[in-house]
Amino acid sequence: MMLMKRRDFLKIGAAAGTMASLYGCAAGNKAGGHVVVVGGGYGGATVAKYLRMWSQGSVQVTLVERNPSFISCPISNLVIGGTKTMEDITVSYDNLQSKWGVRVIQDDVVALDAVKRSVKLAKGGSLSYDRIVLSPGVDFMFDQIPGLDNAAAQQKILHAWKAGPQTVALRQQLESMKDGGVFAIAIPKAPYRCPPGPYERACLVADYFKKNKPKSRVVILDANEDVQSKKGLFVKAWADLYKDQIEYRPNSEVKDVDVASNTAILEFDKFKADVLNVIPPHRAGNIASQSGLKLINNRWVDINWLSMESTGTPSVHVIGDAIFPAPTMPKSGHMANQHGKLAAAAIINLLAGEEPNPAPVVMNTCYSFVDAKNAIHVASIHQYDTATKLVQPVKGAGGVSAARNELEGKAALGWARNIWADMLA
Amino acid sequence: MKAFTHAAALCLLAAASTAGAADANLGRNLAATCANCHGTNGKAVPGSGMSSLAGESKANLLQKLADFKSGDKPASIMHQIAKGYTEAQLTLIADYYAAQK
Ligand code: HEC
Repeated sequence: MMLMKRRDFLKIGAAAGTMASLYGCAAGNKAGGHVVVVGGGYGGATVAKYLRMWSQGSVQVTLVERNPSFISCPISNLVIGGTKTMEDITVSYDNLQSKWGVRVIQDDVVALDAVKRSVKLAKGGSLSYDRIVLSPGVDFMFDQIPGLDNAAAQQKILHAWKAGPQTVALRQQLESMKDGGVFAIAIPKAPYRCPPGPYERACLVADYFKKNKPKSRVVILDANEDVQSKKGLFVKAWADLYKDQIEYRPNSEVKDVDVASNTAILEFDKFKADVLNVIPPHRAGNIASQSGLKLINNRWVDINWLSMESTGTPSVHVIGDAIFPAPTMPKSGHMANQHGKLAAAAIINLLAGEEPNPAPVVMNTCYSFVDAKNAIHVASIHQYDTATKLVQPVKGAGGVSAARNELEGKAALGWARNIWADMLA
Repeated sequence: MKAFTHAAALCLLAAASTAGAADANLGRNLAATCANCHGTNGKAVPGSGMSSLAGESKANLLQKLADFKSGDKPASIMHQIAKGYTEAQLTLIADYYAAQK
């Protein structure tokens, strides 16, 4: 009796479900299918969790990530400055699997076939998908700095612009540097990942020098003509806190390096450092830039802002640092997380045969430390504009901190704990 | 058969009331833009120093957001963030968080 009743209920339920989808009814949950997510950083981890959470488990998600755990770029400058450890910025993928039912595969995606809708994995085998989200971050264009275009050079002249072993190695170079030495950081032309990041790093290395190696100096070789983010606040911090430590040189693009002598080669000049930290120009991560997707400036993927879908290649969504950004939008972890949510909502609609949300909103905040305790922020909110088909910054909203302060230092660490949980817990 | 017609009718009703209008999950999507700091579904990490928004009354949330906008409530960042959203959007966000347990 009970069994009969339950079976009848299921029958009617299924029928109602069919009717609902025929009528495109938004109630109920009929998104199904398999989504592959490539890359488990700020963007990829977020889209994986939110696809599972918002579809109530009806969309299957496989996340392919090459590293065993998530290591955060934001806050990693505090590891380089010596006040945080790698453990503090490392988070496990376990909850994505056990709590959210994401299948996490530790591997690399080496090829994308957008026609067959499948990807090839480095360790062998392939995965097929209904929709795919590429969140590969950036890859460096080492060919732009010929001396750096080999593995040995890259072990010595570090970028530390992806958190991980290079973060630890740069910290070690700073620790072994003699007092009286020079740390030089080279910034590529914009757009690059994390606009305020290099200036924050300069501050935190200077803070370390001030306390531990007071005769040492920091030189910023900026390929850009001016400070790219939070200019007033950084310039004030350099003047107030690091007058004897930090020297800023605009229009100083590094064209090459001499690895043996640790020398940066500029157009008309050379600069020899004890610790040379070169952030090479970058572009969309290889799987996004080398798979035939439509690119802008040959570097960044052109996407549709209603769905984060590649404009030229259906069913391939791209998020995070790999995309050509909307006006004033930085390449940041916070923004990648917001792209991930926009993509998750759109994909669930599309898998159910519905249009994506016609009015998406994303917002950004970047906190930067200017010493071990004091931080500053920049924030912006971007609303979809039907005329330009872009998410445009809202005028009169967002902005920067009034002044550096410890309260925002605490907020920055609180932000980190909450965004990591928003992605991975 | 009765169930069929019933489901279809409900569905048409829902479709009619939202035709050409907002996404059914607009409030959820907008609220998720705050989650980076205030936690997934407004449940902040305990001890992180960020406030939870889940389960707070709609009236309270809207009052605080209005006070951030006007400058009556002192803030390091919320005055700048609140100004990025329309009143209608903040109302949807407040509805969403008020309904979270
Ligand atoms: C970058 C981090 C960040 C984001 C994103 C953010 N907030 Fe906040 N929120 C804060 C901080 C920090 C405070 C404390 C006030 C201040 O210093 O601005 C706060 C305070 C609040 C408060 C007051 C809490 C209380 O009880 O006093 C409310 C309400 C609030 N936020 C709502 C929101 C809403 C709604 C959104 C999304 C539209 C949002 N916040 C997005 C950081 C954030």
